[in-house]
Amino acid sequence: MARTDFGPPDFREMLPPVIKENYGQWKYHTVPRPGVLKHVSYSGAVLHSVRVASPRLVSSDFIRDISDIAEKYCDGFLRFTTRNNVEFLVSDEAKLQPLIDELDAKDYLIGGVGLSISNIVHTQGWIHCKSAVTDASGISKNIMEDLKDYFTGKIKVPSRLRIAVACCVNMCGACHCSDISIVGIHRTIPRVNDELASKICEIPTTIAACPTGAIRPNPKAKSVTINSEKCMMCGNCTAVCPAIKIMDPVNDGVSIWVGGKLSNSRKAPMFSKLAIPFIPNNPPYWPEVTDAVRHLVEVWASHAREGERMGEWIERIGWERFFKLTDLPFTNKHIDDFTHATTTFRSSTQFKF
Amino acid sequence: MDEFKTPLLDELEKGDWPSFVSEIKKAAKTSPGAADLLRQLELSYKEKVGHWKHGGIVGVRGYGGGVVGRYSDVPEEFPHVREFHTARVNQVAGFFYTAEKLRQLADVWDKYGSGLYNMHGSTGDIILLGTTTENLQPCVDELSDIGFDLGGSGGAMRTLSCCVGKARCEKACIDSTDIIRDLTMHYQDVIHRPQWPYKFKIKVSACPNDCAAASARSDLAVMGVWRDALRIDQEAVREYIAKGFKINEQVVNKCPTEALSWDAEKQELNVCTEECTRCMHCINVMPKAISIGKETGATLLIGGKVPVVKGPMIGWVLVPFMKMEPPYTELKDLVDKITDWWADNAKNRERVGELIERVGLANFLEVIGLKPVPQMVKAPRHNPYIFWNPEEVEKRG
Repeated sequence: MARTDFGPPDFREMLPPVIKENYGQWKYHTVPRPGVLKHVSYSGAVLHSVRVASPRLVSSDFIRDISDIAEKYCDGFLRFTTRNNVEFLVSDEAKLQPLIDELDAKDYLIGGVGLSISNIVHTQGWIHCKSAVTDASGISKNIMEDLKDYFTGKIKVPSRLRIAVACCVNMCGACHCSDISIVGIHRTIPRVNDELASKICEIPTTIAACPTGAIRPNPKAKSVTINSEKCMMCGNCTAVCPAIKIMDPVNDGVSIWVGGKLSNSRKAPMFSKLAIPFIPNNPPYWPEVTDAVRHLVEVWASHAREGERMGEWIERIGWERFFKLTDLPFTNKHIDDFTHATTTFRSSTQFKF
Repeated sequence: MDEFKTPLLDELEKGDWPSFVSEIKKAAKTSPGAADLLRQLELSYKEKVGHWKHGGIVGVRGYGGGVVGRYSDVPEEFPHVREFHTARVNQVAGFFYTAEKLRQLADVWDKYGSGLYNMHGSTGDIILLGTTTENLQPCVDELSDIGFDLGGSGGAMRTLSCCVGKARCEKACIDSTDIIRDLTMHYQDVIHRPQWPYKFKIKVSACPNDCAAASARSDLAVMGVWRDALRIDQEAVREYIAKGFKINEQVVNKCPTEALSWDAEKQELNVCTEECTRCMHCINVMPKAISIGKETGATLLIGGKVPVVKGPMIGWVLVPFMKMEPPYTELKDLVDKITDWWADNAKNRERVGELIERVGLANFLEVIGLKPVPQMVKAPRHNPYIFWNPEEVEKRG
């Protein structure tokens, strides 16, 4: 039997000498040009990192190409960021400009550092997920195509802005804490295939999987029924019982959320909140989604103070002002009715007209 | 590339932003699976619905997870994605690689799979996207030859991940890459053999900027902090000001606890350490002048998760400060206590944060032996329905 449980390659073997020598000794960093980080150590050593966009879903050709580039300019050392960008780690400053020139020539987009809109964190989508309501890669490509000048630093923003796309309400991808999130949602309740359910469905597990108690046994059919008044379309039952289907190409679509953040900078982390409850799936361009995201970015960028994240800006001006400035309708869908609903209701006369 | 007849997806090859469609087409030159993936995706774009079946169990010898079964629901039309399984490969901590290592990975994956990857998946793994049941075992065997092991799936400790940390960040309070390396090696069994009610994730961010999204995306978030004074280089502060930096507007007035003050006469930036809550703002905007303190450790937060099923949660403070020195015994002991209790008490698919919400934070603290401290809450309770143990009240009759 092959060996098991040996773990991933040790990161220490993947570090360039300048990092090994200055590990834990970095003093500060600057951004000499968009997309480039310059880290300076207490020893005086310098490391440049050049960040480029990636579609996250990449081919072996891409892997080999970035490997070749890293070999040519970075002694073979490179890394990825938590937002799926690629970073070339340049120890020899003389190779920095030639690297940038080659990246430009090969149409890699350099950027995503500091006061910019970095790459989107997104999920699998129709490409490879069984519960995908939309295609996260397609939406992400369209949004970043539209916002690329914010990535490359041609257009500055008041603060960093983080976008996430999740193809269903499972929100794999920090959608609940991003400045702007796009989340695939259902609007119609799941359908039960009684015949299949009677054969393959674990009834008690399925009933227990429902957070709102909407699922009841259907002993006659050896299946379950779903109460449409209680079901909130979370899809949890479809994960435990293959006989329950929730996909509805006519009524499924996406929602847009704003104002979340995770950094503790100034204000504590914040949840993303609902801005737009529903936009239909409109591949391949999803123009309504791209327009809505651009609109949110532009309203925020033109009103926020320097250094103010989307959520900080909205907290300062108030949600009533946010809906006015963005000209988005506030509807009954915006009022929470789940576990933490009452924590979102206003108990004060302090609001704006 | 007309042979694919994917007019909708072809639209997404246009423009400057790198295209995932072009990537799939590159792989499709040699991989029939990638070609059928593209064709099936075109069908999804046309019909606005996904075409993957519900789950399906696949496995490799010696592991209980790490590979995820994926089957097309239109296999007659697209036979090469009839089976198109995922292998989750544990990434290198901090996402550092060498060209040589990546090429070795590409060689193996070209031999056994689609030649398509997610660099990286939401949890942190390298996602190898699409192979057959038959090819899984030899693929995993050869990955093992080049030093890559599988990550987690199902009711297991999921692949651990972290920010770049001390390797390349001046704000790192703790050695995030080393902690993740150490914990990953220590927890190989529970990563590779699902034995829990649901997933359990650990992420490490080396400072409160939380670049690893630990507090939102992990059941146990380890976040680097310090508890002495932040360090101010007054000479460097004056250099910022000489260059036109507006210290009051950009730093002092934005300090959330009014811990900073600017003495214009002495040209000195002062901090009241007792008031500082380490929000990072001043350090973020004046990196040359202000740095983290020296007495470093971690704040641990428990319960972070996505919405399914009781709504989204951002982790709650569990331990305000813990020293983080190898071999991280205190942390491991706590992880074991938490996961043991959770495994014994959770319902199927109940995350630890949901279980704590169900039984109460105070009860949870008692079970794992932690003393309640005010740092754990935003405010004390505002209802009078207090539980008392029999030994806390006078016996009567």
